[in-house]
Amino acid sequence: MKKPYAITLDVGSSLANHTGSWRDERAVYVDRMPPCNDACPAGENVQAWLYEAEEGDGGYERAWRKLVKENPFPAVMGRVCYHPCEGACNRGQLDEAVGIHAVERFLGDEAIRRGWRFEREAEPSGKRVLVVGAGPSGLSAAYHLARLGHAVTIHEAGPMAGGMMRFGIPRYRLPREVLEAEVERILDLGVELVLNRKVERIDAEMREGGFDAAFLAVGAHIGRRAYVPAGEAERIIDAVSLLEGLEEGERPLLGRRVAVYGGGNTAIDVARTARRLGARDAVVVYRRTRERMPAHDFEVAEAEEEGVMMRWLSTVRHFDGGKLELERMELDEEGFPQSTGETEELEADSLVLALGQEADLSLLEGVEGIEVADGVVQVGPDMMTGHPGVFAGGDMVPAERTVTVGVGHGKLAARNIDGWLRGAAYQHPPRPELAGFETLNTWYYSDAPRAHQPALEAARRTTGFEEVVGGLDPANALFEARRCLSCGNCFSCDNCYGVCPDNAVIKLGAPGERYEIDYDYCKGCGICVEECPCGAIEMVPEQT
Amino acid sequence: MSGHQRVRFYQVGSHVVGNRLLDPGQRTVQARTDRSNAITSGHRACRGCGEALGARYVLDAAMRASGGQLVAANATGCLEVFSTPFPESSWQLPWIHSLFGNAPAVASGVAAALRAKGREDVRVIGQGGDGGTVDIGFGCLSGMFERGDDVLYVCYDNEAYMNTGVQRSGATPPAARTANTKPIGKHPGNAFGQGKDMPRIALAHGVPYVATATVADPHDLERKVEAAMEVRGARYLHVFVPCPLGWGSEAKDTIKLARLVVETGLFPVFEAVDGEVREVTKIRHRAPVEEYLKLQRRYAHLFGPDGHPEIVARIQAIADRNIERYGLLDGDVSSSHGYAEESRHEEGE
Repeated sequence: MKKPYAITLDVGSSLANHTGSWRDERAVYVDRMPPCNDACPAGENVQAWLYEAEEGDGGYERAWRKLVKENPFPAVMGRVCYHPCEGACNRGQLDEAVGIHAVERFLGDEAIRRGWRFEREAEPSGKRVLVVGAGPSGLSAAYHLARLGHAVTIHEAGPMAGGMMRFGIPRYRLPREVLEAEVERILDLGVELVLNRKVERIDAEMREGGFDAAFLAVGAHIGRRAYVPAGEAERIIDAVSLLEGLEEGERPLLGRRVAVYGGGNTAIDVARTARRLGARDAVVVYRRTRERMPAHDFEVAEAEEEGVMMRWLSTVRHFDGGKLELERMELDEEGFPQSTGETEELEADSLVLALGQEADLSLLEGVEGIEVADGVVQVGPDMMTGHPGVFAGGDMVPAERTVTVGVGHGKLAARNIDGWLRGAAYQHPPRPELAGFETLNTWYYSDAPRAHQPALEAARRTTGFEEVVGGLDPANALFEARRCLSCGNCFSCDNCYGVCPDNAVIKLGAPGERYEIDYDYCKGCGICVEECPCGAIEMVPEQT
Repeated sequence: MSGHQRVRFYQVGSHVVGNRLLDPGQRTVQARTDRSNAITSGHRACRGCGEALGARYVLDAAMRASGGQLVAANATGCLEVFSTPFPESSWQLPWIHSLFGNAPAVASGVAAALRAKGREDVRVIGQGGDGGTVDIGFGCLSGMFERGDDVLYVCYDNEAYMNTGVQRSGATPPAARTANTKPIGKHPGNAFGQGKDMPRIALAHGVPYVATATVADPHDLERKVEAAMEVRGARYLHVFVPCPLGWGSEAKDTIKLARLVVETGLFPVFEAVDGEVREVTKIRHRAPVEEYLKLQRRYAHLFGPDGHPEIVARIQAIADRNIERYGLLDGDVSSSHGYAEESRHEEGE
């Protein structure tokens, strides 16, 4: 082609100029570990199911399905879990943590209302697994094992499924129809539940039943006793028996004045239950102070709203003639309560002991390889006891005793049992780097105060077992889901695509709506990293 | 209605470029996969160039508003140099390079030629940097305004002559160091009390549309381009575009600086129709000027043991004056609190 004077090159687009060669650092998309997921004892992928729920009606079922991949009890969990996720939530540093439990409950209730069912994921394996105990841990394990293709039978010593979800948590916190709906859905996967069947010895039971593996989750149902000298006529009851009896239809005679000895959540639950059974005075006696009480603040606050009274720094000396003799304590420098010798009286018709529970480990007596320490069974990181094929979890192993921890144990054990049965040890996926608050660009997030759940008025609480805390309505649930910052995980805001001065971000579009960097042109300026609201891009030095 | 946060509760609402939860019509042009990329990849702007970004935001929005019937006349300057080293061009629209000082006149001529040919469907943009606009091209621009030529003129303001080596312009702010302001002495940096407030000068011409914008808020910027394209006659858009090289800032901080200049009150973002300021962008999270200044080496002499807190205070006074003059805070929020309530700008879902 003939070119004008002094012109030697063809005219063309600057696309020929690959400015990516200027780069000494490159932008790379990452998925970091959101703090909520990191904190969840049940290993829920909270951020991921919130992402689906953010879409509203069209996304709720996908959100629920993502949630129940890890935890089959969203409606229960949204009511009873102490939500460590919210304590870790980065939004807490901005205004208030996202009400994760409230959205979880909403999704769980939606699933019950709309009749969503579980699906089996794997072909039948031909293996049989025995689960002992139909509490949160046992049911969780049964659920995951069934989804993984194994035939599961649960042997439960009690007359009803649910374990501590039924016998430890009063119905004003967890209505029984909610619990039953979620248990039913697990059984619908083909899990066989045998009630009133106490396992005497696990090795014999497995042999006779032809089970290939077992998961033990018998819980801790024996109330810890304390010696309280008392007159013949005085009523002393232990908290677990009281709550269990109530669940089985008994109407315990507690009288008008009830004292509860202990400072945990069970003590508070019993005091609140006593108020509902007609007690005029329900007094919690605890040897330390409120700050040192193991019960959760919100439970104590709710109890106080219902008229439950507290006697701090007090121990029970004896109980006689309708009077408790209490001794005043004081905390020493280490925070331990010490006697003062001063006493006072408290009138009471009954005394309930809520001093903690112990596990009944009789089914393991004489079983080879089992190690018991401090009243609980020792397990490895794979949840297996010292006896091959026998796994254990929940309150009978060393851990924090909560429903959520139990559910998490059930899942972890199920995955390890699956690996063990298939001869390929379960590999825990690597944990990505934590998405800390400093990785976010919080300027972008809308100011949005938390949506609060409605609470039943105090007058109606003490006259029955109606649920105290209400659920979010659909508009509030959606609002709450959308308060999620999506820490460390792209939520398709298009910022990277928009802010690149070099058009070096490619938008892939739906589905997934994610992006790619065009390294032919990325100069490595880092604007996309700086302006990513959720910290899902990082700069990585180029190899030289 | 403010350009800020028109949609509530979508995590990031309309503060970000797009957002999958928004109706596509509510996302920016920059969120679209079919945006024109009027200035495409391979241009030789520095890393993190605010001007390259600003030009794409403006022209992509104008291309969309005009149905792709658009011509740009471009003054000499960085934008021209980095986009068209012979024989390459980054422009994906008809584009004419003018002298440093006559881009408004060339744009006027293009508009006149189109009118003569009966092609009034084709729209014209004139564009240049702050030097080409407030200094060298000032006379041509003033004439264009006075005649009411049918041109949208866009100034990409990076506050100095960057292309020639960071010399002071009429848009350089007080105390900022450039290659030809006093490097040492009691008061280094650009003098106080000089320079030109170009948007207000444009307003004084009585043109039908004047607005300011930054690269930190594409929703606002695009809406203003669209509004300007709906008007015929001479219009003016002043876009704040940080320059990492000339300001001594990190390439990654370009948008952060454009955000901070608004949040401090140093650069009022407003829209004026027929000579009246009709709307301002309120400050969302008020920041002291130090936060903005400390990210730039051109202000480094103000800080540290030999710093000049009294000069910082004078800059703060300029910000405070803007806040008062344009009403940048909401009346019910005290400035000491530092957080502007945004809900008043929001519409329900």
